[in-house]
Amino acid sequence: MVDFDPKIIAFCCDQSGYPSLDMANSLRLNFPKNVEIVRVPCGGRIEAHHLLRALETGADGVILFICYEENCQFLRGNLRVKGRILYLHKILEKIGIEKERIEVCYLATNNGVKLIEALNRKAEELKRLGPNPCK
Amino acid sequence: MIKAEQKPIDEILRSIDPYNKILLSGCGACVTVCHAGGEKEVGLLASALRMARKKIGKPLEVLEATAPRQCEPEFALEFSEMIEKVEAVVSLACGVGVQTLVRHFPKMPIFPGVNTTFLGETITHGLWEERCQACGNCILDKTGGICPISRCAKQLLNGPCGGSSKGKCEIKKEADCAWQLIYDRLNALGQLHKLEEIIPAKRWGVESRDSGLRRIIREDLKI
Repeated sequence: MVDFDPKIIAFCCDQSGYPSLDMANSLRLNFPKNVEIVRVPCGGRIEAHHLLRALETGADGVILFICYEENCQFLRGNLRVKGRILYLHKILEKIGIEKERIEVCYLATNNGVKLIEALNRKAEELKRLGPNPCK
Repeated sequence: MIKAEQKPIDEILRSIDPYNKILLSGCGACVTVCHAGGEKEVGLLASALRMARKKIGKPLEVLEATAPRQCEPEFALEFSEMIEKVEAVVSLACGVGVQTLVRHFPKMPIFPGVNTTFLGETITHGLWEERCQACGNCILDKTGGICPISRCAKQLLNGPCGGSSKGKCEIKKEADCAWQLIYDRLNALGQLHKLEEIIPAKRWGVESRDSGLRRIIREDLKI
């Protein structure tokens, strides 16, 4: 296992990811060392180029905390971003980057524990993959 | 509007292989609507190209710019300053936009980043369908507003052919038979008698592409 702290950019939807993050803070749960939070009004606000730019400019991995399907306040924001991730995975494959570096995690408002578990699992996965070769 | 699809990234990478600094130029018109070459796609492709080149140890500098309409000289010329700073251009505009840049920047290598595909209609998000082949002499008045040139696989002017089955085309099973659509439409309009009129063969060599480069000249608009 490579000894490094992977940098993770976590995009958090205002309706699910961000309240869960708040809850995780209140519960004083342990975050991985190198996580940067980006608060967004809805998963649907996240465009494919935002995610690729995050990888390009220094992230080893990106994770999106968005609402469960059929639970989006704006009805289809989470579905829109799901399609963009599929498109982005194809691009990553073409340029030779592991698609696992970008992942979606569905949350409800009160899933603080699940959020931390996902971040820790992501950090371990990225350690296995090694540093992003394109940053 | 004109519809296009982005070229495979490896094909674009091959085009720009000898260069270290390029301009990626998008267009704010048709290719933005079909998500092939607008500002977002420029940003996404620019990142992808930079990352791909960094991975092989051959960094690439990419300038990004999107013109409102790349096929208009006024907008294309807005790239002048940036083009002076780069070694090549990849244009995500349609073939018209690419050639507008070629005409105005004759010494600059300019590569297409999209395949211009057809003149089409947005059916729903993520689905576009061909509707016009710019044949030069519109016959939609005779066919209930459904174009057999673009929508019939055989471009029949007096259809349907024997391959129409249950409203579908024999060439492409998922496609509606254009002449079935024409029949249904004329039936709905109470104009089935129009089907009794024989549409004469089109003069492809006079009105269409077969006679070479087509031009529209409006003397009143020339300055």
